[in-house]
Amino acid sequence: MARLHVMQRSEAQAVMDSLHEALGRRLAVSSLAPCPVEFTAAYVNMCATQSCGKCTPCRVGLRALSDLLNDVLENRADEHTLDLIERTARTIYLSADCAIGYEAGDMALTAIRGFCDDFEHHVQKHACGFTQSQLVPCVSGCPAGVDIPGYISLVEARRYTDAVRLIRKDNPLPLVCGYVCEHPCEMNCRRGMVDDPMIIRGLKRFAVDHMETDYRPNMAEKTGKRVAVVGGGPAGLSCAYYLSVMGHDVTIYEARHKLGGMLRYGIPNYRLPHERLDAEIQWILDCGIQVKCDTKVEDLAALRKDYDAVYLAIGAHLDRKLGLPGEDSVGVLSAVEMLRALGDEVRPDFSHERVCVIGGGNVAMDVARSAIRLGAKKVTIVYRRRVADMTAQDEEIAGAKAEGCELLELHAPIAIESQDGYVTGLRVQRQIIGGLSRGRFAPRQADAPEEVIPCERVVVAIGQAIESGPFEEQGVPCKRGRIDVGEDSAVPGMEGVFSGGDCQSGPATVIRAVNAGKVAAGNIDNYLGFNHQVTLDVELPPVQFKGKTSCARCEMTLREAEDRKRDFDLIENGLTEEEAHQEASRCLRCDHFGFGAFRGGRIEQW
Amino acid sequence: MVTLTIDGKQVTVPEHTSILDAARSVNINIPTLCFLRDINEIGACRACVVEIEGIDQLVAACNNTVLDGMVVRTNSPKVRMARKANVEFLLSQHDSECTSCVRSGNCTLQTVANDLGITSLPYTKHLPHQPWNQDFPLIRNNDKCINCLRCIQVCEKVQAEGIWDLTNRSSHTCVGVRGGGLIEDSDCALCGQCITHCPTGALRERDDTDRVFDALADPDRIVVVQVAPAVRTAWGEPFGLPREKATAQRLVTALKGMGFDYVFDTDFSADLTIMEEGSELVEHLKHPEGVKFPMFTSCCPGWVRYCKARHPRFTDQLSTSKSPGQMFGAIAKSYYAGLLGVDPHRIFCVEIMPCLAKKAEVDIPVMNDACGDPDVDVSLTVREVDRMIRAEHIDVFSLAETDFDQPLGTATGAAVIFGATGGVMEAALRTAYYLVTGENCDADAFKDVRGLDGWKEASFDIAGTTLHVAVASGLGNANRLLNALEAGEVSYDFVEIMACPGGCSGGGGLPIHDGEELAGVRGDVLWGLDRVAKLRRSHENPSIQAVYRDYLGAPLSERAEELLHTNQHAWKMPREA
Repeated sequence: MARLHVMQRSEAQAVMDSLHEALGRRLAVSSLAPCPVEFTAAYVNMCATQSCGKCTPCRVGLRALSDLLNDVLENRADEHTLDLIERTARTIYLSADCAIGYEAGDMALTAIRGFCDDFEHHVQKHACGFTQSQLVPCVSGCPAGVDIPGYISLVEARRYTDAVRLIRKDNPLPLVCGYVCEHPCEMNCRRGMVDDPMIIRGLKRFAVDHMETDYRPNMAEKTGKRVAVVGGGPAGLSCAYYLSVMGHDVTIYEARHKLGGMLRYGIPNYRLPHERLDAEIQWILDCGIQVKCDTKVEDLAALRKDYDAVYLAIGAHLDRKLGLPGEDSVGVLSAVEMLRALGDEVRPDFSHERVCVIGGGNVAMDVARSAIRLGAKKVTIVYRRRVADMTAQDEEIAGAKAEGCELLELHAPIAIESQDGYVTGLRVQRQIIGGLSRGRFAPRQADAPEEVIPCERVVVAIGQAIESGPFEEQGVPCKRGRIDVGEDSAVPGMEGVFSGGDCQSGPATVIRAVNAGKVAAGNIDNYLGFNHQVTLDVELPPVQFKGKTSCARCEMTLREAEDRKRDFDLIENGLTEEEAHQEASRCLRCDHFGFGAFRGGRIEQW
Repeated sequence: MVTLTIDGKQVTVPEHTSILDAARSVNINIPTLCFLRDINEIGACRACVVEIEGIDQLVAACNNTVLDGMVVRTNSPKVRMARKANVEFLLSQHDSECTSCVRSGNCTLQTVANDLGITSLPYTKHLPHQPWNQDFPLIRNNDKCINCLRCIQVCEKVQAEGIWDLTNRSSHTCVGVRGGGLIEDSDCALCGQCITHCPTGALRERDDTDRVFDALADPDRIVVVQVAPAVRTAWGEPFGLPREKATAQRLVTALKGMGFDYVFDTDFSADLTIMEEGSELVEHLKHPEGVKFPMFTSCCPGWVRYCKARHPRFTDQLSTSKSPGQMFGAIAKSYYAGLLGVDPHRIFCVEIMPCLAKKAEVDIPVMNDACGDPDVDVSLTVREVDRMIRAEHIDVFSLAETDFDQPLGTATGAAVIFGATGGVMEAALRTAYYLVTGENCDADAFKDVRGLDGWKEASFDIAGTTLHVAVASGLGNANRLLNALEAGEVSYDFVEIMACPGGCSGGGGLPIHDGEELAGVRGDVLWGLDRVAKLRRSHENPSIQAVYRDYLGAPLSERAEELLHTNQHAWKMPREA
């Protein structure tokens, strides 16, 4: 008998690990689906399987809690049951000996409190009141509701123009989204349960890049109605596009020199080439849309008088200040200013400069990577939380790192050092990460001396604000600087005025702006007394059952960092044809299989 | 064309054909439960799974299409195992007390389970035991529901109602009133299409047969029964009695055999309806001041319920004429009681209808104009009458023909076509023509409104005036028509609407044949009866002439208004303002 044994992984343990991994994948893509009470019950049961059985709250309490939740699901519960559920979960949280128990109790409490309306609905109506939004999971995840399985099937059938046509039913910016969409669809992709989610953005880009021919949309008969769109960003362009295909005359008023909004003045050329953006915008304008650039709308009432309706989509283009000493030194600039210049093809020279970028969002990454391209000797991204807490997408952070940006996490800027009015450094204070505060892990000051990072330039990328003040003065209701409208985009108290996009939501994504523009277009059309439908005009290939196959996801590649950091040219390589077709064939067609079949799988018109 | 192999047979079918249809084309039957053509092709029950060479998992045959070179096996060991197990799954959530189920012998689940040779159930039974208002004309028993979802789809897609929905998820998924409300508080029109499209006994009509048997057993009661037009197209179906044998006259014999004192024909009062409704239309046309057009027919209580619940702005435009069934009841307990010389309170009036909504109509509190009692006491669906015939052990094959009793048993061809979509319109126009011109038109002059199209339009010239009419059947079609009217896209003078697709011959109270839509062939029976009828215009009916001469005076007279018309606002749908 040996004294000690070398640890070995049993086959059963390997199966257990693979099941855990599969469960993780399953959970990662299915948050839109379940009934909150069902999910809470399943969560509690799952936790109970992890209980070692030693202690009462975990061994017995979780089972008791599960029984009570089942009473709710099987219509045996009343108000007393709900009280008992809460007391039970609280007891488990308060008295369990280890995290297996108390975390289960705590999360159950979070669920019970967060879903209290749903619990009540079950008890009172014996039905689930939670909206089932997993009709087609990727489509449900897409703010614009693009028919994703539809266009993927068209890519698979090598009908790329038709794919683009189908995308434009719900999103007139397929190119932009093919290049820079944050693709919330992929987070919900059911293929993720099998191996990896589909690379949906890559397939969209592939379709756009490989259109066989161009085409023009079907235009409704002219209505004679005139609509002014204030702001030529993604929300304004989307609204303008749909209104014009509905037959209305649209004029876009744009304060800057060119259209595009944050697509041009926020996203650097290396992610979204200006000539491609220009082409997409021109395609939209070719629907007969009038444009007035370099025209800032000052008098809303006067504009409203000239048009039958107005859509305000002014975006969020104001920079936010740090409020730190030395911020007015020469060499301090905001991300908004820097990216705006780049948008107008003005490329300042940063050679031999050391640059500190303050912030941890996508914009911070954009300016850091642009600074590298402008010749900066050294770029340091300074962030007071951890890299893991950054709001920037992982690939943006990785891209910045690969291009040579330093990431200085857990350092809070406290002052900008200067000499003779010129920046000489950024004074920072080391932080230590702490516990959750308002949903995020909060840092606090570490027991460490202040440091100064020597630099000649500081770029502040801590968010954008909305220039809503002038409109607020003219009677547009605003809340915390944002234009405050209802779900239908109509500005309360101003008949015929609608608003949406970043100026209403705060800085958000392209696809949310597209959704805002689409919603506004539909509602403006109704406001003008019409009910034009934007309809599916592409015949889709029949669905083919392929059964379960195993095939991982193809990723898009980037140009080599050493090469790409020297210019502003596009850095991302699209999928190859081979990759695109393999990817497209991985689609599980949730429009046909599963719940999608029940309700038709797609919205044919809106 | 696509060529494939199914169970070793080579099959060539058009592209996009489903595997199910391809198999059926060579007489290979794949069982289905949830499948309902064009309405519910969702692959939910998994009874129709088949094996396709090269694919490990099984494929639903109902909603997947054939491919060239595909090799399909509908009865491989894998298929047998999975199909049987899936049906066993369904049975584990099904109350299989077939001996006390109205659908026993006509249940798709029973057939499929029997066909698969299921003799024992390996899984624990889980039944939801949900409560239901047993007084409501429509009864749902989720202990028998297999979640095929057909009812949801028919209600929403065909009938534009959306009463049903999935009310829970996961293993607790079940079908109920949308949002979890009570059926009696919903907008349900009681068309009964969910019942006739249910593969099991989860949906049925409230059974009122005992009330009728009790009345028949009561020596003080004079039990009068009327038979609606569409009933004669379908009552023999469950017995396998050929349509040409299953005449109204044989049904009269069966009903007499059960002990009904008088057996009359709702066709008589359909002629009466035409006199009243036709006169109402002619009045409107003559004096259009302040009248909103179109005028809508009101003889379908499902449609009236739908109109009041979902399109209340048109309620004022419903004809005030009662339905033929209600007119009959009002006449039976007044005029006919007088003819018999009996106290009308002794008369117990039963109607046999192809309809579920009639059960609600007879309970409308204001339908009591003859003597204060309900004008009609009980409304039976054809399914219930067929159950009574079986309960009485009547051999339908040996029934002789007996004529309806008189005088409420005489009717014209115009009345019998009430049971088919377009029939009321055509009947009304035949008499309206006479009322306007004083002359009879050709009886087939208005045949353009016939046919099974869901929304038909026609224009007719009557004495120099062009009359624009429309006919819709199925509430989904009605909804489209009403929306178009509301949007100003169409305009009509007179519109006939029937809640059930195809009219009463597609009625929700008729015998159930899973997967078959019989409104067309049943309607043809009625058009055939009209064609050979001696009298084809309601105003020519001698019994009608007599009732006006001896009792009512003239159409729209004070007594006619009192007995034969109603205020459509006198009662409310549950959520009606």
